[in-house]
Amino acid sequence: MAHNRLKDNLIHGLFFLNGMLVVVALIGIFVLLVTKAAPAFKEVSLSQFLFSANWNPTATFVPASYGMKSMLVSTIFVSIGALAIAIPLGIGAAAYLSDVAGRRTREIVKPVIEILAGIPSVVIGFLGIVLVGPMIARVFHIPNGLNALNGSILLAVMALPTIISMSEDALNGVPKSFEEASLALGATKWQTLIRVKIPAALSGIIAACMLGMGRAIGETMTVLMATGCAIAMPKSFLQSVQTMTSTIAIELGEVPYDTTHYYALFGIGLVLFIITFVINMISDIALHRYERVIK
Amino acid sequence: MKRSIVVFLAASLVLFGAGLSWSEDMVQVKGSDTLINVVQKLAEVYMEKNPGASVSVTGGGSGTGIAGLINRKCDVANSSRQIKSSEVEQANNKGLDPKRVVVAIDALSIIVSSDNPVDKLTVDQIGKIYRGEVKNWSEVGGEDMAISLYGRQSNSGTYDFMKENVMFGEYSTSLKSMNGNAQIAESLKQDRSGIGYIGVGYAKEATGIKILKVAATGSTKYYGPLDSMDVKSGRYPITRPLNQYIDGMPKGAVKNFLVFELSSEGQAIVEKEGFFSVPDEYQNYNAQTLGTTGDIRDNSMMRPTDLDTNDGAG
Repeated sequence: MAHNRLKDNLIHGLFFLNGMLVVVALIGIFVLLVTKAAPAFKEVSLSQFLFSANWNPTATFVPASYGMKSMLVSTIFVSIGALAIAIPLGIGAAAYLSDVAGRRTREIVKPVIEILAGIPSVVIGFLGIVLVGPMIARVFHIPNGLNALNGSILLAVMALPTIISMSEDALNGVPKSFEEASLALGATKWQTLIRVKIPAALSGIIAACMLGMGRAIGETMTVLMATGCAIAMPKSFLQSVQTMTSTIAIELGEVPYDTTHYYALFGIGLVLFIITFVINMISDIALHRYERVIK
Repeated sequence: MKRSIVVFLAASLVLFGAGLSWSEDMVQVKGSDTLINVVQKLAEVYMEKNPGASVSVTGGGSGTGIAGLINRKCDVANSSRQIKSSEVEQANNKGLDPKRVVVAIDALSIIVSSDNPVDKLTVDQIGKIYRGEVKNWSEVGGEDMAISLYGRQSNSGTYDFMKENVMFGEYSTSLKSMNGNAQIAESLKQDRSGIGYIGVGYAKEATGIKILKVAATGSTKYYGPLDSMDVKSGRYPITRPLNQYIDGMPKGAVKNFLVFELSSEGQAIVEKEGFFSVPDEYQNYNAQTLGTTGDIRDNSMMRPTDLDTNDGAG
């Protein structure tokens, strides 16, 4: 008896430690980012860092400048563009899979979508250079296709699996009684889907989209390869942009340690961390609300 | 069961030991994207001739290579620019003493799409284009078409070299930062409004692009980067030595590899890969760094002054 209790407690403790480890890692990353970024603000004011669009830390002929606004705007451009493409497609595909497709179709399509999620980002970036870029250039009659739109299209492809499978789960989670009641009242299948099922699953779908967006914002290799990486403030989707992740990836490799430039890159990392943290939190809240509604 | 575990442990110990002794002879080379192909080729031939020797070459950019040398992540740093005084200071603080060897000469090639009618520019015009002061091809004798700027990322030695020796100013913010020479060449094949700069070894291989002739000033003749005489005499205005940095006087495997690179056989490979062999002035300098003749030079920043090429000292 006592022996069993001891074993229970031990296992309980072990799982508790495992759970705590994740929390400790998260807090550790946050603390590291803050302490590494803080020294940057001795030389650069916070408002200049966030709201000036002039980033040139390796300047030799003018004083170095550390303003990340253009990267922040670029990241928002690319991510919003990706969502604008991925959300309608994703919800459409999820609705098709949950309500329209036959069992056999679903059994083929679902694994394919999961395979799509597993394609390495560098391969998608490569497609951006050799396939999507030239296509954009031809369609819009511009000299090259390395721009924000290219990044948006590729990130949409990468966010789709998350959005489709989570939205489909949400739609499947809507109680059968909702659907039956709607049909019994004389609504068509289409009306039931649009007016009953999607609204009922909305917070789950919102959570799916937010998670998809989280992935788009943090994605590095694809945008690094496909968006052209020009530091100028973006004015349109057909302009080359450099996102926050690209900047960190390009510059952290060679930056001398413990310089303002080094700290400023951690500053960008911190901003990125806060953005993705907030997005994940929103999606979590949305998901919980959804679970309550269904219950 | 037990026995198989013992065998496994013994085998892994032996392998581990072999790995250790092997890694002693392993030369890690890291850095410049401009140098990666030619050094890779040199390493291949060297390893073929010396069974048991092992050289691994990776890229990442000159800045990454020098940072790797400073952080002791590689034995040899490939660099298409000279080491900066801040980097020397960092290295000294870590107890390293960077020494420079010149392995090849590059004529940095200015390229455009083969559909672009422009076929020559002055150094001054190139500077104006990259600083963003000239924005349309019609201003430099081309069609009425906005110029798309292609360049390298800031961890590239070529990026710094252009800035400090050709542009004498900061890059325009609309510069597209490409990952390497090959990506610039590939982009220009598709973009007829583009201009880019790549090492001559890459320019010779690329298709669909045009290599521009360049004049030092508006009143001098235009020369191309392909002719060995024009480059070695300095008539082509944008030439530079391609360097390797090592810690102190090299020994053992590192030294053997460097000696091979600088031998006439190694230099023939350099020429075959499209770059130019190292002239005698630099070879004497190299011999001193390697300790094969004369005294080791104290100052790694010192460079031959009798060579009429711009070598990136700024």
